Amino acid sequence: MSDHRLAQLNIAALKAPLDDPALADFVALLDPINALAEASPGFVWRYVDENGADATAARPFGDDLIVNFSLWADRDSLWNFTYRSGHLDLLRRRREWFTRMAAAHQVMWWVPAGRIPTIEEAGERLALLRANGPSPEAFTFTDSYPPPSAPPTTAETGTPETATRAGAGLTPPRPASPSSS
Amino acid sequence: MSGSGIEAVGVLAEPLRRKLYDYVAERGGDVGRAEAAEAVGARRNLVAFHLDKLVEAGLLDVTRGKLTGREGPGSGRPAKLYRRSHREHAVQLPPRDYGTAAALLADAVERAGADEALYASAREEGERRGAAQAAQNDGGAAGDSGSAAGGPVSAAALAHWLEHHGYEPAPVEAAPGSDAQTPARAGAHPLLRLRNCPFDAVARSHPPLACGMNLELLRGLLSGAGADSFRADMAPAPRGCCVLISAIAADSKTNLD
Repeated sequence: MSDHRLAQLNIAALKAPLDDPALADFVALLDPINALAEASPGFVWRYVDENGADATAARPFGDDLIVNFSLWADRDSLWNFTYRSGHLDLLRRRREWFTRMAAAHQVMWWVPAGRIPTIEEAGERLALLRANGPSPEAFTFTDSYPPPSAPPTTAETGTPETATRAGAGLTPPRPASPSSS
Repeated sequence: MSGSGIEAVGVLAEPLRRKLYDYVAERGGDVGRAEAAEAVGARRNLVAFHLDKLVEAGLLDVTRGKLTGREGPGSGRPAKLYRRSHREHAVQLPPRDYGTAAALLADAVERAGADEALYASAREEGERRGAAQAAQNDGGAAGDSGSAAGGPVSAAALAHWLEHHGYEPAPVEAAPGSDAQTPARAGAHPLLRLRNCPFDAVARSHPPLACGMNLELLRGLLSGAGADSFRADMAPAPRGCCVLISAIAADSKTNLD
């Protein structure tokens, strides 16, 4: 396994409040799908709000925007959970519950193993993708980038330690999240 | 692009090669030379020659592996194993590019948030296909399909129809409930898995859209053909088509939506 983890954030605009009958099917799927994620190969971590079960109460980006924020071992494990598991059926029905967003609503980026990114950082990554399009710092499934590795000049002999530093150096250093230990 | 497609298809013009290709594709996994030779009833050397021609044309992939039961020292060097290649081969004369059209249309549907319009179109097309299939059967051509005109549709007939529409149905092998990727639904038991995805390229670029479209196409096919003792559900797995066909137990039919 690489020494980086893949972080992903997606946001979705609710068509109605979560307690509205129109959202009942979606709400009923939350627990099973979250359990499925946790049982999926490559799952590392997912963001939960104060209620501790899911992230539907936290609305860091707007009152009608719910967030999905998690860490995975690599692109394949996130892909297999997203599109090749029971989660696909939820995506298939997304227009029943969510309005379409014109701007990018999903972003991915690499995080050094052991560090848990903050929701603020996730928001910044999405803003970066929206402003500049896909880059190694903020990308999508369609335009994805490999985890940071040794810079080309030292690729032959580079030690993993140097590689990690060099990769992390692409983004400004951030204070450790309180939830990481 | 079309040149390599023509060559690949040309390689299949040889009847024994065609038989070998069909056999390996149908097995859905690695096939050794001896097994293939036995299946098509030809000499092993001849079969090896044709299998390698299929590899050269990009129709089969080859791996080195040991067949079970011949492990450990003294079992000899690993045998060549063959499986169908994931590469797509298309021949279109004059040149056409439906792949790009499909990708652009899928993109537009996604931008417009028009998933449900696509599903409705797919459903209607499926119903038309199903009705045409049923009409053909009622016309007396039911012979090999195992379903009497106007009578219930048999599982064999259904598999035959799915093949006709570009799917590769295979019986669900594992015992019910033993496969986490094949969720058991109340009153329905998993019957057929579809080994291939007919919309593979779009399913990779626009998964929810393409898989949702495919599901509605299959649901339409079932309802249009009056195959009401079967149902189609999403049950994606890392490989193959995302749709699972189940047989509905007679006593739970009334609970259907």
